[in-house]
Amino acid sequence: MAKISLIVNGKPVTANVDPRTLLVQFLRENLRLTGTHVGCDTSQCGACVVHIDGKAVKSCTTLLVMADGHEVRTIEGLAPDGAPLHPMQEAFREHHGLQCGFCTPGMIMTAVDLVHRRGHELSDEVIREELEGNLCRCTGYQNIVQSIAAGAKAMAKSDLA
Amino acid sequence: MYEFKYHRPATVRQAANLLVKNEDSKLIAGGHTLVPVMKQRLASPPHLVDLSHIEGLNGIEMKGRALVIGATARHADVATSAIVGEAIPALAELAAMIGDPAVRHRGTMGGSLANNDPTADYPAAVLALGATIVTNKRRLKPEEFFQGLFSTALESDEIITRVMFPVPKKAAYIKFRNQASRYALVGVFVAKRPSDVRVAVTGAGANGVFRINSFEEALKKRFSHKVLEGLTISPEGLNSDLHGSAEYRAHLISVLTRRAVEAATAKA
Repeated sequence: MAKISLIVNGKPVTANVDPRTLLVQFLRENLRLTGTHVGCDTSQCGACVVHIDGKAVKSCTTLLVMADGHEVRTIEGLAPDGAPLHPMQEAFREHHGLQCGFCTPGMIMTAVDLVHRRGHELSDEVIREELEGNLCRCTGYQNIVQSIAAGAKAMAKSDLA
Repeated sequence: MYEFKYHRPATVRQAANLLVKNEDSKLIAGGHTLVPVMKQRLASPPHLVDLSHIEGLNGIEMKGRALVIGATARHADVATSAIVGEAIPALAELAAMIGDPAVRHRGTMGGSLANNDPTADYPAAVLALGATIVTNKRRLKPEEFFQGLFSTALESDEIITRVMFPVPKKAAYIKFRNQASRYALVGVFVAKRPSDVRVAVTGAGANGVFRINSFEEALKKRFSHKVLEGLTISPEGLNSDLHGSAEYRAHLISVLTRRAVEAATAKA
C-alpha cells in the first residue's frame, strides 16, 4: 500500500491505496466525484481529462501515486456548488455543446486548459486542433467548437479561472 | 493491472540502486506508454521506479553549442520552451506534434527514447541531429543507442539522464499521420549540420528508425529539394501493414523528405 496526500478541488485528501489505483478510479470510486468519466480507458477519448497543477491530463492513464503531493481539479471543482456555472460550462449550456453529454466533462476541462495556455481569442482551427485528444461519439463537434470559442471569451470577464 | 511495488527515489543513483536490487523493475516518468501496457497486462513489472520526483532531471538549457534536455522534460515543455524554439525550432515543432495536449503534459523525452517505438517521433530527431544520449553510465551515439524495434543499448540498471543536441544550421520534421492512431505512418527529420546532412525516417522501417545515405549525399552537395527529384528508396526493409504497403511508405519517404528540405530552407 502507498500513503498519498493531494489536493482535490481545493480540499486536502489523504488515503492509503494500492499503487495500482488509477487517478480516475480514486476520483470516481473513493471520492465519488463521478463527473470525470471513463470512456475508452486507453488515453484516446479524453472523457477522463482532469487538471494536475492546472494542466490537462488523462486520468485513466495516470497512476494516483504519481499525483501524490499535487493539486487535482475535476469538473466538480470548476464552480462552487449552488453558485453560477463556470463560464465554460455556461457556454456549453448556452450553445448546446453536447448531445449525450458523456464527453462533456473532458471537453470542458480540456477547453479550460486550452484557454489558460492560448488565451481568450481562439480560432476554430486552433480549437479543432487542440481537441485532438477528445472524442465526441455523437459527432457534435460543431457546437462544441462554438461553445469553446464563446467560453474562452467569457472567461476573460469572469473571476473563475 | 498486476500488483507492483512503487518506489520514488530522490536521485538517479538511488534509482539505479533500486534497479540493481529489484530484478525486472521498470522505470516510469510520464507513464503514457507503460501504464497502458500494464493495464492490458502486456507488462507486469514487480517494481516501478518513479523518476518524476528526481530534481534537476527535467531541465532545458544551452551548454556551449549544444541544447541539453533532461530525460524527464515533458513534450509540452519542449514544445513551448523559448530555449528550444530559439536553438532548434524543428525540435519544438516535433514535440508539439506528439499525441494530444493532455498526453504532451505527461510524456517525457527520456521515456520516448527508452521505449524506441518504431513510430515514435523523437528517435528521428535524435538520429538526424546526431544527438548524444547521456546515461548514468556513459554517453551513447544514436547509431549505438537504437537497436531495432522497442530495443535500445540501455542495460538493465542504466538510466537516461539527458540528451545533448548539437545545434544544426537548418532542420525540419514532417510527419504523415496514420489517420486513426495519429502516430507517424512515416515521419522524416532532415538536418543540415555544419559538416553534413542527415535524413532520418521513423514509422516506416521494419527495424525502427533509420537514415537514408543516398538522400544525404545528394543534399550534402546542394541543400535543395530539387536534388531529390527522381531519387527513390527501395521498399525493401519497410513495413507493410493494413495502414500502408512498403511501396506506399517508400513513396511517402521521398515526398516527405522533399517537403522537409523545403520547410527547413524556408525557415532559415
